[in-house]
Amino acid sequence: MKVLVAVKRVIDFNVKPRVKMDGSGVDLANVKMSMNPFDEIAVEEAIRLKEKGNATEIVAVSVGPAKAQETLRTALAMGADRAILVQTDDEVEPLAVAKILAKIAEEEQPGLFILGKQAIDDDSNQVGQMLAALLGWPQGTFASKVEPQGDHVSVTREVDGGLETVKLATPAVVTTDLRLNEPRYASLPNIMKAKSKPLATKAPGDFGVDTTPRLEVLKVTEPAKRQAGDKVGSVDELVAKLKTLGVVA
Amino acid sequence: MKTLVLVEHADGAIKDATLAAVTAAAKLGEVHLLVAGKGVDSVAAAAAKIAGVGKVHVADGAHLEHQLAEDVAPVAAALMADHDAFLAPATTTGKNIAPRVAAALDVMQISDILSVEGADTFTRPIYAGNAIATVKSKDAKKVITVRGTAFEKAARDGGSGSVEKVDAGSHDGKAEFVSAEISKSERPELTSAKIIVSGGRAFGSSDQFHSLLDPLADKLGAAVGASRAAVDAGYAPNDYQVGQTGKIVAPELYIAIGISGAIQHLAGMKDAKTIVAINKDEEAPIFQVADVGLVGDLFKIVPELTDKL
Repeated sequence: MKVLVAVKRVIDFNVKPRVKMDGSGVDLANVKMSMNPFDEIAVEEAIRLKEKGNATEIVAVSVGPAKAQETLRTALAMGADRAILVQTDDEVEPLAVAKILAKIAEEEQPGLFILGKQAIDDDSNQVGQMLAALLGWPQGTFASKVEPQGDHVSVTREVDGGLETVKLATPAVVTTDLRLNEPRYASLPNIMKAKSKPLATKAPGDFGVDTTPRLEVLKVTEPAKRQAGDKVGSVDELVAKLKTLGVVA
Repeated sequence: MKTLVLVEHADGAIKDATLAAVTAAAKLGEVHLLVAGKGVDSVAAAAAKIAGVGKVHVADGAHLEHQLAEDVAPVAAALMADHDAFLAPATTTGKNIAPRVAAALDVMQISDILSVEGADTFTRPIYAGNAIATVKSKDAKKVITVRGTAFEKAARDGGSGSVEKVDAGSHDGKAEFVSAEISKSERPELTSAKIIVSGGRAFGSSDQFHSLLDPLADKLGAAVGASRAAVDAGYAPNDYQVGQTGKIVAPELYIAIGISGAIQHLAGMKDAKTIVAINKDEEAPIFQVADVGLVGDLFKIVPELTDKL
């Protein structure tokens, strides 16, 4: 079966984002960008399925600016076979991304579409579920284990309180949680090889999807700052302090 | 405006996160509830008693027992013909179902709201809580998930809603529930606990994590949490994880022990009323947000603290 993987170019997770003074957004000029960490897990899982003989071809897909090519090259260097960039400089909301991905899924006919559970920039956690709904496919969100078995896939999900296992008829959508796997690093020879793998560039208009935002961002502000408090020197002082604050009896 | 709130329930009991969603919904207008499940008459009766609730829509069917998104979302989407907003708690259940409802209605979802600023304007955290966005929805109908710790919980009694059966839909058949493995705990639930003691990688082993933290938690009547590092190292199960990718908590008191305070962890707990940090590294970022800090060896401090409380 063919596996599609969606990847997003986002601010590197180690960078502390800075809110712009004018409240228009987060400053991304000259900030290190990387593949969304949950998407790395998605790519890794697709590669492992191929290594186990479950997947025949892996296609990495991204919606974003020209520079998202670098993110796709990273996926290719990890082991994806080819890539599709839907290039746009506009901010594309999860609903529009899901619509574009749904069109690509209809063209490519994958058995599995793997995405990260959320992007660490907008923290929406929506695209996978919306994609599944648009296609009428079942969904295995927050996956910590994915096992294809014939015409279905068994997905263990991380839910509040523990784990849940569901059996999904393929084609299906899976979104990855942190503990699904540990993504590999691309080796230098593979990074070189990735440069010659096919990467098709498209535009949202090619899929007839309107990307006009439905949500208007009025402003972006810094969260209320916490004041660092006092350090105490001993457990006795700590206990006394907690009693003064009234948090313990 | 008529709102429809998804009731999250398990073993016949309504979860606290639902009550916060009811409070958010009441800011928008008339509150209706959706109870979906199998044999949920008692849940529906309890839901009707929640303060401020109007109608309780009950979808009862064997295929809804495990509240799979594939089966619940169409029921909610059908009810949205008569409602203006759909709200779900931002729990794994709500996050699983709500975007499917939004896509069915062709509207954008507003995830994890912190406040209601107006009928179409909300605030929500982005970049792991490092920025707060105020967003205005241009969609005719709103689909929203609600951060449980950002709203007061509606009272469980005092309401007198009417219960009405609705079409439970049919089984999608493409998704089947197989099994669940729920961690057993006598302690309070992490997301609703007043006090949380949380441990990091510094504990060194699962045995030390539990032998040191559990007595302290029991003494305080607290829930036990963990950093991602502690979970990845296998010291605690994954549902203990506090942070951007785990649970978001806002207890009265959060005691972070052996946790350095990475931004992903802070995103999950920085709204706690009082934060106490115990760490041997006085440069650890956790001390920048802690109200009270103690620099030292947790293996000495934790037993002493447990003794003296």
